[in-house]
Amino acid sequence: MQDDAAQKQTLLGADELVLNMGPQHPSTHGVLRVKLKLDGERVRGTECVIGYLHRGVEKIAENRTYQQFAPYVDRMDYVAAVSNGLGYCEAVEKLLNVEAPPRAKVIRTIMTELQRIASHLVWLGTHALDIGALTPLFYCMREREEILKIFEKYCGARLTTHAFRIGGLQYEAYDSFEKDVERFCKDFERRIQEYVDLLTGNSIWIGRTRNVGVLNAADCIALGASGPILRASGVKWDLRKAQPYAAYDQYKFEIPVGTNGDTYDRYMVRMEEMRQSRLICLQAIENIPAGPILGKVGKVLKPPAGEIYHSIEAPKGILGYYIVSDGTTQPYRVHIRPPSFVNLQALDKMARGHLVADVVAIIGTLDIVLGEVDR
Amino acid sequence: MSPTLHAVIAFLQTWWVELVSGVVIVAVVPLITGYMVLMERKLMADMQARLGPMRVGPHGLLQPIADAVKLLIKEDIIPDDADKMVFWLAPVVSMTAALTAMAGIAFGPAFEVARDINVGLLFIVGVSSLGLFGIVLGGWASNSHYSIMGALRSTAQLVSYETAAGLALVSGLLMAGTLNIRAIVDAQYSSGVWFGFLTPVAFFIYAVASIAETNRAPFDLPEAESELVAGYMTEYSGFRWACYFLGEYANMIVVGAVATTLFLGGWLRPFPRVHWLNWLDAVPALFTAAVGVYCALRAGKQPVRVQVWFMWAVALACFAVALILAVPLAVAPLKFMVPGLNGAFWFLLKITGYIYLFMWLRFTLPRYRFDQLMHLGWYILIPLAIVNVLAVGVAMILEMEYGWNRWLALIVTTILTLATALFLLRLNDKRAAAATSAVPPEGPATEDSYAG
Repeated sequence: MQDDAAQKQTLLGADELVLNMGPQHPSTHGVLRVKLKLDGERVRGTECVIGYLHRGVEKIAENRTYQQFAPYVDRMDYVAAVSNGLGYCEAVEKLLNVEAPPRAKVIRTIMTELQRIASHLVWLGTHALDIGALTPLFYCMREREEILKIFEKYCGARLTTHAFRIGGLQYEAYDSFEKDVERFCKDFERRIQEYVDLLTGNSIWIGRTRNVGVLNAADCIALGASGPILRASGVKWDLRKAQPYAAYDQYKFEIPVGTNGDTYDRYMVRMEEMRQSRLICLQAIENIPAGPILGKVGKVLKPPAGEIYHSIEAPKGILGYYIVSDGTTQPYRVHIRPPSFVNLQALDKMARGHLVADVVAIIGTLDIVLGEVDR
Repeated sequence: MSPTLHAVIAFLQTWWVELVSGVVIVAVVPLITGYMVLMERKLMADMQARLGPMRVGPHGLLQPIADAVKLLIKEDIIPDDADKMVFWLAPVVSMTAALTAMAGIAFGPAFEVARDINVGLLFIVGVSSLGLFGIVLGGWASNSHYSIMGALRSTAQLVSYETAAGLALVSGLLMAGTLNIRAIVDAQYSSGVWFGFLTPVAFFIYAVASIAETNRAPFDLPEAESELVAGYMTEYSGFRWACYFLGEYANMIVVGAVATTLFLGGWLRPFPRVHWLNWLDAVPALFTAAVGVYCALRAGKQPVRVQVWFMWAVALACFAVALILAVPLAVAPLKFMVPGLNGAFWFLLKITGYIYLFMWLRFTLPRYRFDQLMHLGWYILIPLAIVNVLAVGVAMILEMEYGWNRWLALIVTTILTLATALFLLRLNDKRAAAATSAVPPEGPATEDSYAG
């Protein structure tokens, strides 16, 4: 009897069609596999299969010293490696009870905000590509290139930067650092207008994103969604304001929030976040304090036994590090709360009742990086 | 002269145009298709702040050849569970339909395979629609979920938009009063104005519907890369895939040719009856010569000697074409060739412009969702096309029975049609707002997108 009822649910009494999306698929942003239960093109349920990119980062941490583990965190969210590094360094600093010098803090803030812009640019380009707009991707990559050039000049690497060290910075900012950042920020205001021209008022774009993947504030909190997804639902929660870290308490910036919690709102929130990040960078380069760049940390790090949880506002949401120390040079346990992994839970809730094409838009708007989901 | 030679000449006089056109269609269209792809990639690169293909030949000019060779020698994969016969047949059907449709097209007053068939336009539209079978069969035979979904989308989309396109064509045909390609262009010559200006609404509807018919962005849902991987072509590779590809691009030429013939004056030059603009007849020769000069100037700047030679070869080819176009203008006994050659030039130029529009839209716009696509087709384009057919009919009666000025009548009817369009759009917005708020997250489907 129950089977009959289930059959009637679908059109023409036909069985549900199970469509495997991924792990090789152009728009699952890596190796995500989604099992879609379909009635025609309407999604009746989704099931995420993850783990294709699992490298056991947390286990690796237990066999590395604190400094040795730092480059590994860059490989989690590889489009926002600087933010990952910041979270890890600050967590270990908290465990060691040392503080980075003011100069290091400001440079960290600039780098992290540039990384936020770069991460959002990758999101915007791929999201637009998923919805079928080909051109924004290349414009976004053009701007991201400028940011990566700054990273390259600063620390020699572009993607997995390992830009910071526990206790401060390894490298002094190069000579024309401020000038480069300023030139980028000045340029970026004009460039961001190009994306707005291409997408914001476009009726196809609005039709594809408005009322798609709606997630209200209560759902967001229940599912643990954070970052732009939470803010697009109208919750004004940003750790840069709520629990200021690095040098964020020194700068003025707004936290953009949305109202409907749909894909279009998330798009608007992220666009505004890029503008705000640009403003933070401009404020920060005005006045970079002089002084040392590395705090008082020894060559061998032996934090006292204990545990610590530190979280930062990464581009994709709240990135948390839980570190347990047993007093040796290696952490006893490291647990990472990656924003992508937690946000991905919302996929089923958001995709149900929509069409296949919307699933693609929703995966795009969740802004997941599989390196971080699987770790 | 011997009677045999006479017979041969007589035979050639009757058949040479058809022969040349046929050979061009079968042998050269694949090449043209390759270069359309190159043009598309280059234009896309230009709009996206990058260079596009640059490696094979100067500025990637030999890229299509390299692509074709690659596709030909690629391993031919047929999935185990596929219906092998149908899998083999489907791309052939698709390509054959597109190439056969070209037989009906007149590339200028002199070049047409099926000369003077009475149902010319109907033949083109009908035969090119047969390509749909290739898509459906291919999607079904692949035995893959993505393929079948792409094929289903394609069927629904093509059937819907074929209707809109057909009704838009009817508006134009009402004015021409015939289906014969040559007579349609002659009618535009005698009316002195292209039908596209007399029925802008019909032209617009046809332009939109023809984009959908050829599966181009923003209506490229059957092969939406980011959703269905490659739609009905997912399981195809190598030469079979190339057949589909060829059919698709050949179809673009076909719809471009239909739009040009019916709405853009066919092979007529701009303002064909304004005599002080007769110097426009020299434009084809001058234009090709200018392209040749440009290539010659660029030749010196090529980095590799092969590229320099290639550029010179292109320049010389352009000069040769320019000469062929220019000689009949200057030499009185050859004057009879002018309309044919110039007609072909203008016709191809108009098709190129039309296809450029397609490409431009593809680079600019995001993709429609399936239900939105169906709404646009059934709730806006088709009603609009019907109203427009009626309005054009009324205008014809006003002109013939009551002696209204043609332009006056058409301005009135166009305004009427546009008002209907606005009304439909508002209605659609209201419905869309109601529909989105009514869909509960887990509720049953409120409408069936495939119902159309």
